[in-house]
This record gives sequence, structure tokens and C-alpha cells, in this order.
Amino acid sequence: MMAPVPVGAGLLAAAVLFCAGLTGVLVRRNVLFVLLSLEVMLNACGLAFVVAGAHWGQADGQVMYFFILTMAAAEMAVGLSLVLQMRRHFGSLDTHVMNRMRG
Amino acid sequence: MIAVFYISAAIAVAATVLAITRTNAVHALLYFICSLLATGVMFFVLGAPFVAALVVIVNAGAIMVLFVFVVMMLNVGPQTAEQERILLGPRTWIGPAFLSGVLMIELAFVLVGYRAGTTTAPIVPPKAVGMALFGPYLLGVELASMLLLAGLLGAYHLGQGAMKSKEPGA
Amino acid sequence: MLRLLWLVPMLPLSGFATLIVGGRRLPRRMVSAVGIGSVALSTVLAAVVSVAFVRTTPPDAAYVQTLWQWMRIGNFAPAVAFHLDALSLTMMAVVTFVGLLIHVYSTAFMASEEGYRRFFGYMNLFVGSMLILILADNLLLLYLGWEGVGLCSYLLIGFWYKDRANAQAAMKAFFVTRVGDTALAIGIFLLFVSLGTLQIQPVLRSVSQYPPGTSLCTAAAALLLIGAIGKSAQLPLQIWLPDAMAGPTPVSALIHAATMVTAGFYLITRMHPLFLVAPAVLFAVAVVGAVTLLVAALSALAQHDIKRVLAYSTMSQIGYMFLAMGAGAWSAATYHFVTHALFKSALFLGAGIAIKACDGEHDIFKMGGLRRHLPLVSQAFLAAALTLAAVPPLTLTFNSKDLILNEVWLSDVAGPAFWTIGVVGAFLTAAYTFRLVFVVFFGPEQRRSESRVSRWMLIPFAILAFLGAVSGLPELLNAAFGIQSFYHFLHSAMPGPARDFNSAGGPWIFQAIYVAASLAGIGLTYLLYRRASGILGFVVSTTMGVRLHDLLTAGWGFDWVYQTLIITPYVRLARLNRGDFVDGVYAAVAGLSYGTHRVLSRTVNGNVRWYVGAISLGAVAVVGLVLVL
Repeated sequence: MMAPVPVGAGLLAAAVLFCAGLTGVLVRRNVLFVLLSLEVMLNACGLAFVVAGAHWGQADGQVMYFFILTMAAAEMAVGLSLVLQMRRHFGSLDTHVMNRMRG
Repeated sequence: MIAVFYISAAIAVAATVLAITRTNAVHALLYFICSLLATGVMFFVLGAPFVAALVVIVNAGAIMVLFVFVVMMLNVGPQTAEQERILLGPRTWIGPAFLSGVLMIELAFVLVGYRAGTTTAPIVPPKAVGMALFGPYLLGVELASMLLLAGLLGAYHLGQGAMKSKEPGA
Repeated sequence: MLRLLWLVPMLPLSGFATLIVGGRRLPRRMVSAVGIGSVALSTVLAAVVSVAFVRTTPPDAAYVQTLWQWMRIGNFAPAVAFHLDALSLTMMAVVTFVGLLIHVYSTAFMASEEGYRRFFGYMNLFVGSMLILILADNLLLLYLGWEGVGLCSYLLIGFWYKDRANAQAAMKAFFVTRVGDTALAIGIFLLFVSLGTLQIQPVLRSVSQYPPGTSLCTAAAALLLIGAIGKSAQLPLQIWLPDAMAGPTPVSALIHAATMVTAGFYLITRMHPLFLVAPAVLFAVAVVGAVTLLVAALSALAQHDIKRVLAYSTMSQIGYMFLAMGAGAWSAATYHFVTHALFKSALFLGAGIAIKACDGEHDIFKMGGLRRHLPLVSQAFLAAALTLAAVPPLTLTFNSKDLILNEVWLSDVAGPAFWTIGVVGAFLTAAYTFRLVFVVFFGPEQRRSESRVSRWMLIPFAILAFLGAVSGLPELLNAAFGIQSFYHFLHSAMPGPARDFNSAGGPWIFQAIYVAASLAGIGLTYLLYRRASGILGFVVSTTMGVRLHDLLTAGWGFDWVYQTLIITPYVRLARLNRGDFVDGVYAAVAGLSYGTHRVLSRTVNGNVRWYVGAISLGAVAVVGLVLVL
């Protein structure tokens, strides 16, 4: 099932989702929530790609979403294991505790 | 059909906003999964059934499930929720909200001003996607597989050490 | 024979180089040998060259010897060249001869000093520089010699540099003469820019073409005059000479009596066509001379230090030379220079002997009765003093000062007013000279040392005193027998107006006036210091007397004036700018970078959310730019 959707509306939806995810990254201190917000942002980008691909009627948009998804999967895997390491070394999941790279 | 698109867009936005404002980790995750499902519906209406399926299977079904497993493992329980509630006062929201608000307004200006019209009617079937993946984007597919291998090895290695000194009962 | 001219300045300079390069390894005997030997050879060669010049006078009454091209920049091409004529020959003879005698004297005077080699090196450098100054063919080479003698003056005044007061006296001398040197340099620039050359004879020829009173000539002459004032310690730049007595006595004798302080006189006499074209400046020369001779003579009356009396006396006698030049009497001024060099250096050497005989005492009121202790020395000193006081019958001579005063009376520029000042000055000269003689050599004995005075100090002193006494011979020959050979010789270089008195008895009346003035001075001093010493004590102890005495001792307060008007504001300004506002600009740049660093490094706080916020800020900015642009 399909229908001609206005491209502007689709892209605007993607923009709103992206900014929401950005807000989440900036506000939350717990690293799990930060990762979740990053997921939100990635998803929003994928939506934008698919909308654009549907506009031109080509498969390229979906292929880009495919790659973004792959990358998000790998990133999540490594990121979550890093979260485990963080819990082991610092004893908490607060990003403020991890400031050893302070200048 | 267009109404379905708008309704699912609204659900996605609402679910995302709820997801990022929850203090309980599991609640946030579940809201996000709901958002992902709404996104899948949007993809379907746009005429991209393949990625609609991919969202549900991979994004919501694999990545988010992994997330839930880790949250359970780390025992992110009520006391964390309490801490989060304390930390998430209104003062914390002002700056980031302003920043994101400005960005959104700018993006809105850019995107809406670009009068591109509407999407096309025909569906892009999975066959076309497959042909594209094994055609022009073959190199990308190979690179993605290498990326997944790296991710696999990294997760295995990093996760190994973390398991050793876990608190008892994990 | 004339071709040996170049050796005359070069020998002392090579002596300087040998002594400095030789270092501490040179034994004392060799240092003396090199130091004295170079000047002795130079003296002999100067005599040979002089005899050759007089016998076979070259055309234009001048001999030029070019050594090499110094530099060539466009059409500015000065050469290192020496120009010998009557004036430079006279000065060369005096400088080398007096210099030699003082070098011999120094071997005994400085025998116990540790800076022996350094002393002779600097003295040789001085003699060499002075000779370059005198023999220079162009103004640039003259300026080189000028600066060289200034440097040696600084080095030798501050010879005992470990005492801070000596170093400060040396710096004071250098700074004050620097004012004059700067004016001289600007004058040289002005002459070059206008005339295109710095060679003295062409400059003088071009300058003579101008009508009198041209602004260029007046400006250049005024600047040269300021330079001469600085170097010759005339008002208002005279404050350095009394303090320069902090140097060893041979230095005072050679540099600050006989030779360096006469460099100003040489400059004006050498450039006299320029001054003739600027009559206002020539009048200023006479004024400067007259005022200085009076002020310095009055100051000399109140000094306690034996060398300071002689320093003010030098200032006063050079004032006479300036007065003579102001009246256009170049030959008279040169003659006075010759006699002054002889008897003033004799007086200084005698003062050095007296100081050594009293164990280093400089205060004349603490020295006394040296007549009994050093009979021959006191007789020679008396002879030199009589020459200074210009008492002709006793010294069998007439006097250069009388010649100057005659010329001043007869000239249309100076006239009777200046003549009166000159006669009053002669009276004061006799007064302060014999004040010195009576206090130091007569009266009760106060201090004496048991060491014998070395004969190498006595012999040069005696020679110079004798020569000073007979230095009036040319004037005697002129006045008594009309023999003017010396003046004709000088006139070949410096033609001057031939003036004479209208009546036959004219010169004799004036001579009587001069003798009366000198005798009056001697008589007054005799009365005050030998017979009725109570009167003087009474006068000095009154309030007016105390004030007058302090004013005269301090040299009329010029030091105080300069200190208040120039030095204190300058030092205050320098202290204000201690942080150096120019440096502050660069320090501000560094400070700014450092401040920015500190601000920016606050952003590197290890907080991940902060970094994300920064990235999003950047994204907002870029998208905004895309929108706007």
C-alpha cells in the first residue's frame, strides 16, 4: 500500500525526531539513556533517507537505511559492552564520573 | 492512506519524547520500541516494505532487545530511577531545549522551503533493493560485513573482562 | 720627509693596540717602553716633519697626504687624509711634545698602580685620536678623532672605576660632551647636505662665497659652536670639567688642560671662514668666552681642592681663547693655546707632586709650607704661576694674554666692554693663582710624607715650567723688536686683520694696565692670606659671605639647575615607564593568548554531554549560515 506523501512533511517529521534525540543526548546523565537517544537520532536520519528515496522512486534510499541499520547494530553491540566495562571500572553509569580526559 | 502516515508520525514523535523523558530505563526502552514500530508503519506507507520489515526485525527486534538485556544485567533499578528524577530538574532542560529548538526551527525553514512535491506512487519492491545491493552497492555490503565482524570481536573482547569482576549474583 | 706625516698619529695608535692585545703578559718595563716609545717616536717624527715643512713650504702653505679611501656611497667619498698647515703643525708639535713629557711623568706617578698597562694604552689611544683630530682633512675624520678623545676622556677619568664617584664623574663628562657632540654631528650633516662634500678646504672655500648672515652658515656655525662649547667646557656645558679631576693627575694635565679641552678651540679656528660668514655666531663666541672666563675665575677663588682650582683656571683660560676668536684674532688665540698648554700642564704636574708629597691630600688648606720641603719644586711652580698671572718683567717675557686683550680692544666686534671683562679676569687670575701658591707653598707646614719625589716626575715638570716661562719669547720679539716671524707663520694658515694701535705709546700704556692688574691681584692675595688672614675669615663667616662662598664653590649652581630642570624630570619619566609601555604591547599579546587558553581549556572538562552540546552548537551555526547566506 502506498500513497503520495508530501516530502516536506516526511522530512519535517525526521527533523523533529532528530532534535528530540539531540535533546535527550544533551540532557541525560546516565550513559544508557545517552545511547538510547543516539539510537533515536540514527533512526531519524534513516527516515529522512527513505523519504528521499521514495521521492525519486529508487532503491537507493532503502539501501542507505540498510547501511545505517548495520552500523547502528555494530555500534550498539560495542557500546553496550563498553557500558559494562564502565560499570566495572567506575562503579557507576554516570557520565560525569568519566572525566579523566579533562584538559 | 495519508492519514495513516500522519497518525503514525504523531505517534512516533510522542513516543520518542516520552522515551527521553522517562526516569525508569525499561520504560524508556519500551516507549522507544513503540516509536520504532510507528516508524515502520511510516516506511510501509511510503512504499518501502523491505525497510519496514527491517525496522521491526532488526531495529526493534534485535538492537532494542539487546538493550533490554543489558539493562536487566546491570540491574538499573529503582534507585537509579530516583537519582535520575533528582537530576532531571527543569533547569537541566532549558539549555538543551533551547539549542534543539533553534536547530529544529532552522531545519524546518530549510526543509519546508524546498518545494519538492510528493513522493511517487509505485512501491519499491524488495527485489529492486536486492538488485541495488548486489549491483552498485556491492562494495558497501562487503564493508558492512567487515564492520559487523569488527563489532562482533569488539563486543566479545570487551564483554569478556567485564564479566569477571561483576558483582555476585549476576 | 713630509711623507712621514702619517706615522705621527699611527704610532701612538699602534702602541695602544700593542698594549691592549699584549695583555697581562707584558712586563711593566715593556709597557713603559711601548707607551713612551711610541709617543717619543711620534714626537721626533713630528719635529722632523715640522722642520721640513717650515724649510720648504709647500704651495698653498698646506701639505695633504691621502692614505686610503675610507668609504664610497654615491658621491660621498671621504678619504683618510691628513692636512698639514701652520695651525695643525703648531698643535701637533704641542700635543706630541707635552704628551711625551706627561707620559714620562706618568711612569713615576702611576708606578704603584695595578692598571698600569691599561693606563698607558688609553693614553696612547688619546694621543693618537687627538692627532687624528688635528690633522684631519675632512670633517668625518675630524669627528672620528673627536669621538676618540671623548672616549679616552671617559676611560681615563673613570680609571679608578672601582670607586663609584669616579665612574659617575666619567659618565657625567661623557653625557655633557655628548650634547655638544650631537650638535656637532648635526652641523656636519647640515654642511654635507648643503655643500655636498665634507673636505674642510673645499667646504671653507664654498662657504666664503655666501653673503654674511645666510641662515645656512649661521645654523651650521651655531651647531659647531655648541660642539666646541661641550668639548672645551665653556658655559653652559662646563659642569663636567671640575668633576673630571677625579682622574689621575697626568690625565688632568694632558687631557683636561693642554689638549682635549682645546679641541673646541681648534674646531672654531680651523673653520674660521664659516664663522666669518656668520657674524652673529662669532659674536656669540666672544660672549661665551667672556662670560666663562669671569664665572670660572670667580669660582676658582673659592675652591678647596687643588685640582679643582686648576680646572676652573683652565676653563677661564680657554674662555680667553674663545674671546680672542670672537674678536677675529686667530693667531693670538693659537699663541695663547701654546703657552697655556705649557704652563697649565706644568701646574698640574706640580700639583701632582705636591699631592704625592702630602700623602694624597687634595685640600689646599691641609697642605702648607711645601716651600721648605720641596724648594726646587716650589720655585718651578712659582715660575709657572707667574706665567699664568701674566707678570712680564719677572718672567722676562711678554704674554699671550696681553696680545689677546690688545686685539680685543682694537676689534670692531668686541670692543672696550669685552676688554674690561678681560682685564678684570686677569686680575682675578692673578688672585686665585697666588692664593693657591701662598696657601700651598708658604705658611705653616701641615702634612708631609717621607717618600722622595721621583726624578722622572721632577724632570718633565721642570722642563714644562721652564718652557712656559719662556713661552712669551715670540711676543717679546714682536713688541720689542718688531720681529713677527711666528705670526707670519701662523698667518699663512689663518689670515687675520692686521690691527695696530694708532699711537706709538699705545701698546705700552695697555701693557702697564695689564701689569698693574696682575700685580694688584697678587698684592691683594698676599695681604689676605699672608698678612691679615683674619679679615678673610670674618668676611666669609658673615651670612652674605657664607652664601657667596657656597655659590662660588658649587660653580654658580649650574649643577643644581641641570639637576632640577633636566635630570630629575627625566629620571622620573624613566621610572614611570619602568614597565615599558612598548614592551607592554607585546606582553599584552602574550597575556591575551594565555587568557584565551585558560578560558578555552575550561571547555575540555571530560564531560561528554558538554562535547555533544558543542557539536550541536556548531551544527546550529552552520545550518544558520546556510539559511542566511
